[in-house]
Amino acid sequence: MSNTTKVTIKAFRFNAETDYLPYYKSYEMEVGKDELVLDLLNRIKWEHDGSFSYRRSCRHGICGACGIKVNGKAVLSCKQNAMDLVELFGSELTFDPQSKKRVVKDMIIDKSDFWEKHAVVKPFVVADIDEHPTHETKVTKEEVENILDADYCIQCGNCHYACPALEVNEEFFGPAAFVAAYRFTVDPRDNAGKERLEMTSQLGQGVWDCVKCFECAEACPKEINPIEKITKLHNLEFEKGIATRNVATKHAEGFLRGMKKTGYLDEADIVLYSEGILGMYKHIPTAIKMMKSGKIHWHSGVPFINSIPKIKNLDEVQKLIKISQTNRL
Amino acid sequence: MSQLHYALFTGCTAKQSTPELLSSTLAVAEKLGIKITILEEASCCGASHLQDFDPFLSHVLNARNICYAEKLGLTMITICNTCQLNSAMTKYKLDTDLAYRVRVNEKLAEVGLEYKGTSEIKHFLYVIIDEYGLENVKDKVEIPLSSFNIAPFYGCHNIRPSELHHKSNGGENPYNPSSLDDLIVALEGHPVDYTSKNKCCGFHVELQANHTSEILAGNALLDAIDNNADMMVTPCPLCHLKMDTYQDTIGKVMGRDIKLPVLHMPQMVALALGCSEKEIGLKYHVTKAKHLKGA
Repeated sequence: MSNTTKVTIKAFRFNAETDYLPYYKSYEMEVGKDELVLDLLNRIKWEHDGSFSYRRSCRHGICGACGIKVNGKAVLSCKQNAMDLVELFGSELTFDPQSKKRVVKDMIIDKSDFWEKHAVVKPFVVADIDEHPTHETKVTKEEVENILDADYCIQCGNCHYACPALEVNEEFFGPAAFVAAYRFTVDPRDNAGKERLEMTSQLGQGVWDCVKCFECAEACPKEINPIEKITKLHNLEFEKGIATRNVATKHAEGFLRGMKKTGYLDEADIVLYSEGILGMYKHIPTAIKMMKSGKIHWHSGVPFINSIPKIKNLDEVQKLIKISQTNRL
Repeated sequence: MSQLHYALFTGCTAKQSTPELLSSTLAVAEKLGIKITILEEASCCGASHLQDFDPFLSHVLNARNICYAEKLGLTMITICNTCQLNSAMTKYKLDTDLAYRVRVNEKLAEVGLEYKGTSEIKHFLYVIIDEYGLENVKDKVEIPLSSFNIAPFYGCHNIRPSELHHKSNGGENPYNPSSLDDLIVALEGHPVDYTSKNKCCGFHVELQANHTSEILAGNALLDAIDNNADMMVTPCPLCHLKMDTYQDTIGKVMGRDIKLPVLHMPQMVALALGCSEKEIGLKYHVTKAKHLKGA
């Protein structure tokens, strides 16, 4: 029995200087069980086409240079076993750069947008340094644990280029920048937490434009789970009193309004409360359509009035909200 | 096979803007002989937004919902991806962080409840596929969906994070999910293969980042249309609301006409099993769907 498997690799090819359009080129090779995606990239270059271009450096999963996408899955080439991908996707693998619209050549992209956004959140400890300290800075076990795994980030960009919100909204900082913002904001030696929280709470660029798709959690080769840190930044905004009343913060807090009355979210109230009376006008055409199709109910003869049933034991929910609520807007 | 019996967490939308989801779910369960007990005590899951505001409170409230399934000794089933995710994330947190569970249980004790971690949480889609079985579904098909190209739209919160769903909720490959495709085939429909099927619909930023939301939904709808879909089907009522209700405004943003019926997963099954028009509830759709009938 052969120890290798025949794999067809369809690789994205494009040279921004000479090509009008990108194209795919197929390479067939026998792949062994211990080969990494990086080995296959090397073999394309060494055995098939010396002009094939990709980034590589440490081969130890730490420099973050070799992120690409295989069949849409973000991988770190030097960490990803190739046969695991064959098991997941079959023997035809498609190699794409992290972001097709930023390609310079083949797998190499212009990552400047990533670095610019990363730099904005001040990804370092901001502190007054005592040049002649008499003792070390003490950090408790709890304080270190609170950083979670956020400092494992190697800036590979896999989550950044897997994020659909970033594809649409160029202002958005993106998951990797948020992980860095969280990591240094909760560092007890740092003084710039408030500034970072204010930055990441702004609509457009901040955490409220996260679409909650969990693509970043899936894409991270260090298993950092960036959306967990995005949620933590949301929470810190309320805990530290940074949150201002806007459509997004009211939307998050406003869930409790309906839940106190019926146990359920009040779908109409949450829109009205979040948007305000003036902001409601743009929802009127949709509301009319929803009314016509019966999506808005008329139980009492009037739309929106007593249109929501109550859960059983509603008093329990009311009491739990009263005794468990920790944050305020 | 002994009768399957589950505790149904309906979520808010099935009780409000998508009554067709609840009626078609119950109709399908009845046709398949699955017993459903509705958790009438269950409250809103917080839809990932309450979690942003007050994580402890959201864990307490979600734990309370799960307590009621535990009291019945049943698996809790969901018919909304976001309910599934928030309930499963709460369960994961309480099952792995026992000190935290104690804190949550202190609050629950005030209303006479205790979270024990004895109930599994599963989306109805995976009940049909993994526990009822597609072969058994095939035997029940009365009206094959053979005249339809159906675009499966999976919805983020049933497939990501895969680590969470791996154990008890389908275990899909998030980059190439297959359960809905398999279900469509079992009902003799033709699944549409398109790249947006595992992407985000934009529902969660509908209010605060409307442009992002419209474009994400538009990309998915147009991808399905360009691959000849007659309808889209989704296990998530939030995906349904985004893609069914807002097609006019999405079309304006995308610069193209968009008219594609977006069915709830149980509605599609109900069509094939020959459930009644009233149970399927296609009249509740904003984008016309009433014309859809099995072959």
